[in-house]
Amino acid sequence: MNALAAIGEVLVLLGTFFYFLSALGLIRMPDVYNRMQTSTKSATLGSLGVMVGVGIWALGTDFGSIPWLTKTIVIAVFLLLTNPISAHALIRAAYKSGIPLWEGSVVDKYREHLEAKEREEVEETPAEEGGEE
Amino acid sequence: MGEASRISRYLYTVIVLFLIWLFLTASLDTQELEIGLLLSLIVGAFTYEIFTTNGLANLNPKRIAYAIAYIPYFLWAMIMANLDVAYRVLHPKRPINPGIVECRTVLESDVGKLSLANSITLTPGTITLDVDGDKYFIHWIDVKDDSVEGASKNITQPFEKFLKVIFG
Repeated sequence: MNALAAIGEVLVLLGTFFYFLSALGLIRMPDVYNRMQTSTKSATLGSLGVMVGVGIWALGTDFGSIPWLTKTIVIAVFLLLTNPISAHALIRAAYKSGIPLWEGSVVDKYREHLEAKEREEVEETPAEEGGEE
Repeated sequence: MGEASRISRYLYTVIVLFLIWLFLTASLDTQELEIGLLLSLIVGAFTYEIFTTNGLANLNPKRIAYAIAYIPYFLWAMIMANLDVAYRVLHPKRPINPGIVECRTVLESDVGKLSLANSITLTPGTITLDVDGDKYFIHWIDVKDDSVEGASKNITQPFEKFLKVIFG
């Protein structure tokens, strides 16, 4: 047991705590958007903590070496870059497939934007729209 | 910023691929380096056209310095985001006040917009729903100001001062 192993253990513990929060957020939040909110953030930082923690932990033990740390850092960076994109794709798909916002939501600028865009398109091509309908 | 030459874009792709190879193998053995360089050259030849439009201009020292300064700033924002989420999840009354707000950005390049969207998703209480031109539609868990200017000041502007330099 030395300092590096101790730091690694603390990081892994923090990571698992954020994993737990992420799962709890899935239960407690009212709609898909807020659930995505809690699960994305906590799961990303949790994974980051666990992975880098394992890398540092391995440095402090006798079987570990530098390659552990560099590999875990590469995985952590890839995860950091891809996780928000998947969250964005999921939440956008949820909106496009018509899942309503929670009734406590205060403002929806995106619907206004989509409606304004639709109106513009109708005005630009009135004949085609009229013909189809 | 116009497009860089093909050679410069190709070299930049090879450098990035080779760096990833170095991290993955974590060995400075000559044989490892040779095969890594060979593979980076081959993969770079296939992929440089979609990888970057700036080429070696990305390696400008000012940009690298800002990118390095951005890392602790971003990690700090991320930790604050998670404490914020922890507070909202564990608080018995569940203090949320969600909504979708609109923000404007001053960034122009696509990579810059992508990294801004990623940064927004991972920082306190916001998640990017859609990007259309310079408009960002953001699901905000605690809406403090639903005007365009107010939301931009709260959400996008803290990152823009870094990302404007890094990506343009």
